[in-house]
Amino acid sequence: MNYHWNWGIFFQQVSSSDETYIDWMITGLGWTVAVAMSAWVMAFIIGSIMGTLRTVRSKPLAMIGTIWVEFFRNVPILVQLFLWFFVVPELLPHNLSLWVKQDMPAKEFITATLALGLFTSARVAEQVRAGIQSLSRGQRYAGLALGFTEAQTYRYVILPMAFRFIIPPLTSEFMNAFKNSAVAFAIGVMDLTFMSRQMVEESGQVIESLLAATLLYVVCAFAANRVMSVIEKRSHVPGFILAK
Amino acid sequence: MLSTLDFSVIPLSLPFIWTGLLYSLKLTLTAMTGGIILGTLLALARLSGGVALATASTLYINTLRSIPLLMVILWFFFLIPIFTGAPMGAEKSAMITFTLFEAAFYAEIMRAGIQSVSKGQINAGYAIGMSYWQTMGHIILPQAFRNMLPVLLTQTIILFQDTSLVYAIGAKDLLKAAEITGKNYNRPVEMYLFSSLLYFAICFSLSMFVKHLNKRIAIIR
Repeated sequence: MNYHWNWGIFFQQVSSSDETYIDWMITGLGWTVAVAMSAWVMAFIIGSIMGTLRTVRSKPLAMIGTIWVEFFRNVPILVQLFLWFFVVPELLPHNLSLWVKQDMPAKEFITATLALGLFTSARVAEQVRAGIQSLSRGQRYAGLALGFTEAQTYRYVILPMAFRFIIPPLTSEFMNAFKNSAVAFAIGVMDLTFMSRQMVEESGQVIESLLAATLLYVVCAFAANRVMSVIEKRSHVPGFILAK
Repeated sequence: MLSTLDFSVIPLSLPFIWTGLLYSLKLTLTAMTGGIILGTLLALARLSGGVALATASTLYINTLRSIPLLMVILWFFFLIPIFTGAPMGAEKSAMITFTLFEAAFYAEIMRAGIQSVSKGQINAGYAIGMSYWQTMGHIILPQAFRNMLPVLLTQTIILFQDTSLVYAIGAKDLLKAAEITGKNYNRPVEMYLFSSLLYFAICFSLSMFVKHLNKRIAIIR
């Protein structure tokens, strides 16, 4: 193996700009966190709604939830990203289509967030559904027997418990959001993957560049894990088993 | 607008799309076979290897599971030329990457499968004079596979979806083939739609099959 190590590369200036490579990595980290976090918020809200819909009594509403999940779960994230970026603008009415293609601010970021958010929402919906179905049926009957409407039963009886039960799988999905956000580079979001590829091209220091990005991804996923574990402890209901 | 779409490009593109799809499927099957074999060995190492072997296997599994697959693909693609001095084709590099990466995920599934078989069966194997490998090969692993079959297949669906990520190193899979034909015929919108339809059809029917399998296994138990 004939590799020229140069760990000082991060403090060197990028040719043709006044930034150092460490600035590049910080930019990349910023975009990765921005895409993953906004997509997660979106996925959590939409996923909760769709997952709940799948369990309600109304057949048409449950159907909407099922179609939503099956569609967004069975197409690869990268393909969905391209659909939103290349295909959807073409199908819009003429004026809107022109605006999206030419004037929309932060187009890449918004598209990536939308694609990742919807993709992740299907996974969140599956966890929410599993959480609701893991509750004993008696809880629903108890709520209805108390005179709650179906909506109130969900709001005050079912969902508070279901969400607590699914925190562990939601933690993995939150971490996955960071990992999956790596596809955003393909439409030009300057995330960690994009910047590390750029750095490989520019500096030729393959191992250093990839290692920096990889470590930052691991740090992101670990931070996501810790945040969720705090939420899990805070929302713990006495009398139920708490994972260590 | 919808009215300007021209789907007559699809029949023209079929031969090229087919080679792309074939590569995607080949990559999936290779990574599945290799990943399950390697994953089973990793799971065995984690469960019954010595301290050193178990630690190494745990480290391998946890590391790969916490890195985005895209980064792993890039690592391999860029590192191989450094080690061997000659670049390896994107297609071949992806085969190795996916096998090694998926092994970490299959390993965790197999671990759960092995742990789902009661301990008494291992003791029973030893009691009738079988060696460790005989017990595993004839008693534990067949049951673990059977119990975990739906989960292994679900992971394979995810794997098939993930093969689209070889886009990053330019390997010609289904997505790349759709992109190239889209450019050649100047019909990118139609080709992206067609390829997503293909992905959906394959993944959806596989997941329906897994659901069916789940029900069958549930009845027998």
